[in-house]
Amino acid sequence: MAESVFSEKKFFIYFQVWWVIAAVFQYFIIRQKAFDNFHILTDAISSNLILGMICYFLANNMRYYLPREEKYWYIIISSIIVCFIWLILIQLVFNIFFPDGDAYLQFYKSTYAIRFGAGFLLVSSINMFSLLLYNQQAQKEITARQSETEKLNREAELTKLRQQLQPHFLFNSLNSISSLTASSPEKARQMIQQLSEFLRGMLKKDDEKFISLKTEMQYLNLYLEIEKVRFGHRLQTEILYSQQEENALLPPMILQPIVENAIKYGLYDTLDEVLISIKGRLDDHQLIITVTNPYDPESGRGPRGTGFGLSSIRRRLFLLYSRKDLVQVSELENLFTTELRIPQL
Amino acid sequence: MIKAIIIDDEPLAREIIKEYLQTNNDVEIIAECNDGFEGMKSIQKLQPELIFLDIQMPKINGFEMLELVENPPAVIFTTAFDEYAIRAFDQNAIDYLLKPFSKDRFEQALKKFQQTNSVGPVQNILEEAALSPIQQNRIVVKDGTKIKIIPVTKIYYLESADDYVKIISAEGTFLKNRTMSFYENSLAQFHFIRIHRSYIVNSQLITRIDPFEKDSHTVLLNTGQRLQVSKTGYTKLKEALGF
Repeated sequence: MAESVFSEKKFFIYFQVWWVIAAVFQYFIIRQKAFDNFHILTDAISSNLILGMICYFLANNMRYYLPREEKYWYIIISSIIVCFIWLILIQLVFNIFFPDGDAYLQFYKSTYAIRFGAGFLLVSSINMFSLLLYNQQAQKEITARQSETEKLNREAELTKLRQQLQPHFLFNSLNSISSLTASSPEKARQMIQQLSEFLRGMLKKDDEKFISLKTEMQYLNLYLEIEKVRFGHRLQTEILYSQQEENALLPPMILQPIVENAIKYGLYDTLDEVLISIKGRLDDHQLIITVTNPYDPESGRGPRGTGFGLSSIRRRLFLLYSRKDLVQVSELENLFTTELRIPQL
Repeated sequence: MIKAIIIDDEPLAREIIKEYLQTNNDVEIIAECNDGFEGMKSIQKLQPELIFLDIQMPKINGFEMLELVENPPAVIFTTAFDEYAIRAFDQNAIDYLLKPFSKDRFEQALKKFQQTNSVGPVQNILEEAALSPIQQNRIVVKDGTKIKIIPVTKIYYLESADDYVKIISAEGTFLKNRTMSFYENSLAQFHFIRIHRSYIVNSQLITRIDPFEKDSHTVLLNTGQRLQVSKTGYTKLKEALGF
C-alpha cells in the first residue's frame, strides 16, 4: 500500500498554509461587502476548515483506492459531490452561529454558484495533485523493483561468468592425477591439493567483488602448477610485478581464463617449449596486466580474440565497469598479447 | 604381440597407458609420440597395428594426423572431450576412452580390438570427425614431405580429379585422397557449395553469376577463375545466396 501523501511533514505544512491563504483571500474578498468581521471571519474560517478537512480525508483515502490514470472523471465526480456536501455543511454551521433571518444567510445563498466554483477548483486541484504524487510514488517503487531485479541478474551473471571452468582442463588434470597415483603418490596428493584449492577459489560465491593482485596471483599460480604437471617442461611461465602493484584490486579469477587461452594457443600452436609471460603495472590509476604467448599465425585457427574465454572476460568487465575497451589483443612477430586494464577506483 | 604406439602430448597421459599395459603380455608399446607430426612419422616407419590417439594435440589434432597417414592402423581414442563430442565415432573407432579412464575400461577397449582384430574403417571416422564440433576450420595437406595447414577461408574451390580432390587455394594447389561428397558435407558449414559434379566453390568469393549455354551458368570468383554451374548447382546457389 502506498504511503499517505501527508506522511511527508513538509507537504502537510504546505497543505495547511494553502488553506490559511485561501481563508485570508476569502476574508478580504467578502470584506468588500458591508459585513462585520464576526460574520466574515466565521465564514472564512469555517468554509476553509471544512473544505480542508474534506480534502485531507479524500487525499488520504486515495492511497486505499488509487484511480487509474485514465480515470480522471473519478476526481471530477468526487470533487462535485464533495462541493455539494461542503455547501450544506457551511449552511449548518451558519445556522448554529447566526440567528434566523440574518442578512448574511441571504448573502450566502446568493454566492452558492461562485463558492461552488471556487470550491470545485480547490478540491479538484488538490485531488489531482495528490493523485500525481501517488502515481509518482508507485512509479518509484516499480523502478526500484526493476533495478533490484537487474542487480540480481547482473550478479548471477557475474557469478556464472566467474565460475566458468573448462571441463577439458578438469578431466585432463584428473587423468594426470590418476597417472601419478601409481608412479608418485606424493605428487598425486599434492596435485589434488592444488586442484581442490583452485576449484574452491573458483566456486566461491562472490562475497568479495574485488581481490588484491597478490591473492589473484596465488590462485593463478595454483592453476599454473597444475598445468605444468600436465605439460611438463614444455610449459614455462614468468610472472612479473612489483610490490607497488601487490595491493591493486581486480575482480577475482579474471586472469585464469586469459592465461588458459594463452597456454592453449601457445602449446597447441608450437612444438617447442612455450613461455607464457604475465606482467602487471600501474599506470594512471589503472592496473595493466599483459599476458603474452607465442603463436603461429599460419595455424589456420582463424582470427583470435573472439574465443569464449575472452568474450566472457569482456562481458564481466563491462558489467563491472560499464566499459568495453578494457580488453585489447595484439599480434606481433609470433607473439600474441592480451592486455587487460582494470580501473583502480 | 600386438605392436602399438601412444600419441599424446601429455607425458602423464602416456604413462598411465604404459602402466595399464604392464601386466598385459599381448600388447607392446613400440613408440611414444608427443604430437601428430611425430605420430605420423612413427606410424609410417614402424607400421603398428594399433594406436592410442589423443585428439587435442599441438599443431595438428588427432583426426588431422589420421588423415595424413596412408592406410592408418586401428585407433583407440583417448580424450578428455565429453561424450557428446566423441559419440559420433562410436560406430567406427575401435573404442574411445574418456580421460580419466579405469584399468577395467582400458582392458575392455583392448578386448574389443582383439575381437574385431581388423583395421577399423578409418575413412568413416574421419568423415564423421569432419562434422564434429571438435574439428577446426582448416584442412591439413601434405606438400611433398612438408605438412601444410590451409584455413578454409583461403580455399578458392575444390575440383574432382579421378580418385582425388584437387584443392585450389591461396597457398597453392593440393591433392587429397578424399571424395567430393566428403568435402561437400564437411565444408557446407563454411559456405562452400557444390555447384557442379566437379566443383565445390567458396561461395563468399563469388562476384558474378552469368548465363552460359542452355540451362547452365558460370560463376566468376574474385580471384579471376570462372567455374561452370550445373542446373542443380544453380538451384543450390540460389538457395544459399538468396537471389
